[in-house]
Amino acid sequence: MRIGLFIPCYVDQFYPKVGIATYELLQKLGCEVYFPSAQTCCGQPMANSGYEYLSKGCDANFIANFAKYDYIVCPSGSCVLHIKDHLHDEKNEALASQIRERVFELTEFLTDILKVETIEGNFPHRVGMHISCHGQRGLKLSQMSELNAPYFSKPEQLLKGIKGLELVSLSRKDECCGFGGTFCVTEEAISVKMGQDRIKDHEEHNVDYITGFDMSCLMHLEGILKRQKSPIKTIHIAEILNTIC
Amino acid sequence: MLKVKVHSEASADFNKDIPRVDWHDETLWFVREKRDKAVFQIPEWELLRETASQIKNNVLANIHDYLIQFESNAKANGVIVHWAADAEEHNKIVHAIMQRQGVKQMVKSKSMLTEECHLNEYLAEKGIEVIDSDLGERIVQFRKEPPSHIVLPAIHLKKEDVSETFHEHLGTEKGNNDPQYLTEAARLHLRDTFLTRKVALTGVNFAVAETGEFVVCTNEGNADMGVHLADVHIASMGFEKIIPQRNHLGVFLRLLARSATGQPITTFSSHFSKPRVGKEMHIIIVDNGRSTQLGRDDFRNSLKCIRCGACMNTCPVYRRSGGHSYHNAVAGPIGSILAPNLDMSKNADLPFASTLCGSCTNVCPVKIDIHDQLYKWRQVLVKEGHTSIGKTLAMNGMATVLSKPMVFDLAGKAGRFIMEKIPSLISNDLNSWYKQREMPAPPEESFREWYSKNGKESKSQNNG
Repeated sequence: MRIGLFIPCYVDQFYPKVGIATYELLQKLGCEVYFPSAQTCCGQPMANSGYEYLSKGCDANFIANFAKYDYIVCPSGSCVLHIKDHLHDEKNEALASQIRERVFELTEFLTDILKVETIEGNFPHRVGMHISCHGQRGLKLSQMSELNAPYFSKPEQLLKGIKGLELVSLSRKDECCGFGGTFCVTEEAISVKMGQDRIKDHEEHNVDYITGFDMSCLMHLEGILKRQKSPIKTIHIAEILNTIC
Repeated sequence: MLKVKVHSEASADFNKDIPRVDWHDETLWFVREKRDKAVFQIPEWELLRETASQIKNNVLANIHDYLIQFESNAKANGVIVHWAADAEEHNKIVHAIMQRQGVKQMVKSKSMLTEECHLNEYLAEKGIEVIDSDLGERIVQFRKEPPSHIVLPAIHLKKEDVSETFHEHLGTEKGNNDPQYLTEAARLHLRDTFLTRKVALTGVNFAVAETGEFVVCTNEGNADMGVHLADVHIASMGFEKIIPQRNHLGVFLRLLARSATGQPITTFSSHFSKPRVGKEMHIIIVDNGRSTQLGRDDFRNSLKCIRCGACMNTCPVYRRSGGHSYHNAVAGPIGSILAPNLDMSKNADLPFASTLCGSCTNVCPVKIDIHDQLYKWRQVLVKEGHTSIGKTLAMNGMATVLSKPMVFDLAGKAGRFIMEKIPSLISNDLNSWYKQREMPAPPEESFREWYSKNGKESKSQNNG
């Protein structure tokens, strides 16, 4: 099983440690992992701003980089959802369609494809989970609070085996943090207010860390936490899972 | 006329008073939680949503036939049916009815359609006074404000604001914020209105094609009080309010109030089928852009909306920006997919007033794919030119950098170099990220740089 590691552009540039944790974790779990080095961005920043027509170059580059892998795995729900929903190739739509089916967010890849029950790592801290919207409501990584349906959570399931990790239950389980791509600058006031409110919920539950499966949301929350000089830190779930023994 | 502020500006203004924003957010979240409690008591809730969605899909696919059937049955019941192509025609029809009656006053229960048509303003110009009888609507009417929410029109106001308004308009005691006292004052004021009005206008929640009857849902009984005491009942409805059969009410009435306020059902669900002896009943069926929306494949199903407001209560942006920031009769997520259909240039900002979190779509009792439509409206608005040149240039630049690996690598290195060496070039007031957030600390190397040194391929050159 050959895995193409899809590292979001901003993770590549600003959070290489998340890419490294994902890469190492998959290797520890026995996967054959490659990073196609000419990959760039999934095209979501343009598409969500209304310029989907400008994301064709990104689509072509993505396909060129990832076509040959059995699975494409990425530590970001949002970027994966974008590929799943919007990747196209006018010349070879069948190939684009195959890729859309082979791309997975990291935690769902672990639970659904590798059939990992849980991860035995070590992270002795109080942790709040930020459930990012695209992963939750788009990829269905966990049950959303809006539906009258049985509860499940793939990322939580994985964290259950982490020694010392105390996962708190937030007051608003799955409220958006306000990042929203370019929304974070075009609607700056609301974006920041949403982020501050999300942080407050974690603060009220005395967390040491906020974790999640989308670094973009965590980057936004981290920016606010640092401005507030808060002791709370952000950490991508891959970094916690990579403490696997 | 004052320039209408775009959503981002209006919501920034709203956020100048943070305690009020918190209060607004918590009040509406409380309604969302009430909705959850009510909904989770119904094991077949998701099936009900699916059923409602399919009934509405059927309606939209056969709307012509259902409307004709409804008209014919309503006429047979003795109701006078009018058709209005747009807001102006609707308002003219109402005015003509008033003129025939020779009256200058009207009592009106809640109707978002008349807000959409700006009926009150139109009639005021003709010298006709409209009194809104829904308590929340009456409050905002006193204040010369539009409703900020389709179900809770005065949800942006605190009881202190209401007390001030009633003191000014109804002569209540200054500073008396007791809700009981204030409600009593409104009740007395409206009682007089109900007794003296000859014409009463109501909205329509559901119009039943097979019977020609319609249903109006209120909690205050104000629609009933108005029409029972008047000689003429005018009911205004957008044409999408049709449902095929009376028994479909068993689906929609179960969904409506639970979604709206977490009540099992509205206090009053009044069925109107024919005028009382010697009285008149009119129905005005309004298009006002609905045919256009029906013709847009991607946006057609926005017409399934039953106006419960659940998408507003759940929307984290709406809760923190207030209804008025949407500068449209219908605010929130649903308003943001309906408004561009009416006027793209005036409402080009609204589909962008969302993080696309998708909560709206999943509380919607008729399963409108609201957040997907927000995304699709963004594409349409950009294609139709409702965007700034600056944004287009920026997006083109971004597309170039992000689609070309060499350029991306260089730009990344340059960017991180600048962030490291000259942070003030990025961390400044012109960068709206930096206004209230720190920039991420630039790492020494990117992941790709790390991988080129430490990755499998560099370790054993024969893979890949």
